[in-house]
Amino acid sequence: MLTGGVSTIEGAGGGGIVPWALIGSYATRNQIGASAFVTGVDTQDFTLASYGGAVSFYNRLELSVARQNFNLRDVGAAIGLGNRYTISQTVIGAKLRLFGDAVLDQDTILPQFAVGVQYKINDDKTVVGGALGLKRKGVDIYASATKIVLSQSLLLNATVRLTKANQYGILGFGGLGGKDQAYKAQFEGSAAVLLTRKLAIGGEFRTKSNRLEGALGGTSFREENAYDFFVAYAPTRNISITAAYARLGQIALARQNGAYVSLQLGF
Amino acid sequence: MLKTTLSLALLLGASTAAYAQENLAPNYNVAEPAVSDPSIKPTAPTVPVITDDEHLYETFGGREGLTALMDDAMARWLQNPKTRPFFEAADQTKIKALLVEQFCVIMHGPCTYSGRTMAEAHRGMNVKEGNFYGLVEELQVAMNKRHIPFRAQNRLIAALAPMHRDIIDK
Ligand code: HEM
Repeated sequence: MLTGGVSTIEGAGGGGIVPWALIGSYATRNQIGASAFVTGVDTQDFTLASYGGAVSFYNRLELSVARQNFNLRDVGAAIGLGNRYTISQTVIGAKLRLFGDAVLDQDTILPQFAVGVQYKINDDKTVVGGALGLKRKGVDIYASATKIVLSQSLLLNATVRLTKANQYGILGFGGLGGKDQAYKAQFEGSAAVLLTRKLAIGGEFRTKSNRLEGALGGTSFREENAYDFFVAYAPTRNISITAAYARLGQIALARQNGAYVSLQLGF
Repeated sequence: MLKTTLSLALLLGASTAAYAQENLAPNYNVAEPAVSDPSIKPTAPTVPVITDDEHLYETFGGREGLTALMDDAMARWLQNPKTRPFFEAADQTKIKALLVEQFCVIMHGPCTYSGRTMAEAHRGMNVKEGNFYGLVEELQVAMNKRHIPFRAQNRLIAALAPMHRDIIDK
């Protein structure tokens, strides 16, 4: 059942942080499907709450939207923004399956292949648009290849993303002072083992660009690669729960590790 | 950055490919059933033997186990609205017996498949992808009920999945 994937924090169907070539929900080539999700990530210094949904059409096209609220908690107070200062962004996504069927085509090495875009609109005019003077809107473009090797109960995914985003867009797009505005390619990977029809475990990683390092001097605002290790459980066809340990690398001043929990409903 | 990214992607792709080639296309041939009409062109084997020992066949409980499995699966297909319309008027006893033969051959058991190719048997049936998944899901439930290990289940389903090309929308 978990062969449909879950919802990423950016709304697209995939793992926790990496979009897959799969079109979300269980809808077949003759159906329209929908899903909704809510995700919380809690690290030493920050809390990210993300929620949203997706509609998928005929196992071909997936349209998604996600709202992310990134809470600075005590760090907000420390840098004079007040306690529990929150940066919010909306991510509107579209993903198109070009060819292949990750589940059914078990006799070929050809993966399921999809391309996608994510339009990210960051609301924060005070820090991101103001103090840091960064662009608040950006478009990510990605291509994903996903293969389920059923005879080995394995799922493998590779994604290449062209992006200008800093920390997924939470810290805006491009470098400081109008510099470093070019797209950079990032690599993202996922591997999962299907343990039962309802349970899968796996890991993901995602490289990130590092455009803001030194914004507050030294190694402040360095950006590092992110990893997670997850367990996904689908007690019924319509519900899945994902729990993960995420190592998100440095965000703002310090490395952030923490817990990730997500609930998805699919129809 | 772009260079590392691309070489990483290629590396992953290449190793997956090499790995998959070994495992996705095993080569223990058994003759395919003949087609009665030359316009039928199967695109996936009906009896793709996936192992050269009888271990998997024994995991399924041999002929007896497969017979009990198909009895339970057919009962479920007759319950499920996604599959019922196709099976209620069909010769269930015959289909079950042929499925036992087919699965037995696929798992290198001591059987001969006496039925038709999947392309011929499902021709004109207009099976949709949702019907196909419905059938596989009930088969999974039946295998779980018989405590067949999940990895063994997946080896069989991996062998059946490519038949979708000869069954869905035909
Ligand atoms: C990989 C999946 C499938 C396998 C391995 C399979 C296997 C078989 C076999 C071995 C037969 C007997 C062939 C013969 O009569 O010579 C058969 C017949 C039949 N199958 Fe399937 N089948 C599959 C999928 C489906 C699906 C999805 C449906 C519909 C929901 C379906 C409906 C039928 C029906 C109604 C017959 C009887 C045809 C007739 O009597 O002329 N099958 N199938």
